[in-house]
Amino acid sequence: MMKRIEAIEVVAQEAESQGALVICNIGFPSRELYAVHDSPANFYMLGSMGLASSIGLGLALATERRVLALDGDGAVLMNLGTLATIADQAPENYLLVILDNGCYGSTGCQPTCTCRKADLAEIAKGAGIADVKTATTPEELRTAVRGVGAVVARVDERNADVPVIALTPKEIKDRFIEECARPSP
Amino acid sequence: MRPGISVYKGMKRAGIDLVTSVPCINLQDLLGLVESDPAIIHVPVTREEEGAGICAGAYMGGKKPALMMQNSGLGNCINALASLDELYELPLLMIISHRGGEGETIVGQVPMGRRTPRLLDAMEIPWFAPSPAEAEETVARAWEEAEAGGRPAAVLFDIEFWMSE
Repeated sequence: MMKRIEAIEVVAQEAESQGALVICNIGFPSRELYAVHDSPANFYMLGSMGLASSIGLGLALATERRVLALDGDGAVLMNLGTLATIADQAPENYLLVILDNGCYGSTGCQPTCTCRKADLAEIAKGAGIADVKTATTPEELRTAVRGVGAVVARVDERNADVPVIALTPKEIKDRFIEECARPSP
Repeated sequence: MRPGISVYKGMKRAGIDLVTSVPCINLQDLLGLVESDPAIIHVPVTREEEGAGICAGAYMGGKKPALMMQNSGLGNCINALASLDELYELPLLMIISHRGGEGETIVGQVPMGRRTPRLLDAMEIPWFAPSPAEAEETVARAWEEAEAGGRPAAVLFDIEFWMSE
């Protein structure tokens, strides 16, 4: 199975070639993104679990830039209403990428409902998101990340051994806002 | 003047151009004004915390955001107000229908209603409770405070406010 840090690297490479802004989920996903591809175009969440997809939606509605939100199964389950709101607004510059490892990876890998019965791709479709793709390999993910709507990528539950993010919240925000203000590359 | 119009004028004076909302019966008129304004992006949300997240993203993308909700929704977004807005110093205008006080007919509104000012105080969020005559000025000033301080600010409108003409 694809490691999450591999999936994050694919998304980061695609984000760079698309000139996209990236909102990244709290915990190890942000640390892994910071380790593989730090950029002012990355917004690393340090709190407010569950809101990556909402921050991404708000940003996509505010800018003409392309926006990717990098979220997790536990976080999306915490804010399922977000899928209905994303479907309702359906901005054409927005893609929600859910890296589904079936557990709360940053707190000791306690299982989430997706490791048993819940299917986030079907939930996203049911919420009304028109284009929902699934990916299990880096190649499938790379293709899917070029679309809009949502992608659910199954990844391994392990975290990579990566350092904490050496930026203050204000540093993360200030350079991100500066990047957001630039026109689409 | 309809009380909703005073609030709306304050939001316009502040330059609010993206609004997320969870409805309250007392926000009905104001929600209609926001929805029909082509200069405001209106995003109805499923839960107030989601609205706080959308507002944070919209601010970073250059918008002046507001979250409209009942005071019950304050409880649903407390974590985001602290670990997103306060942490990253993001401004947010909160327009709150304050239920549970004088004239309340629904008993379920009372427990959160009477604690709402203390919850805002505990969160160190500045809040205002203007009369209809003061509403436009106060709403505009609340946004200015939020923007200058890089933090949320709240304006509370109780049942009496909405009963006035």
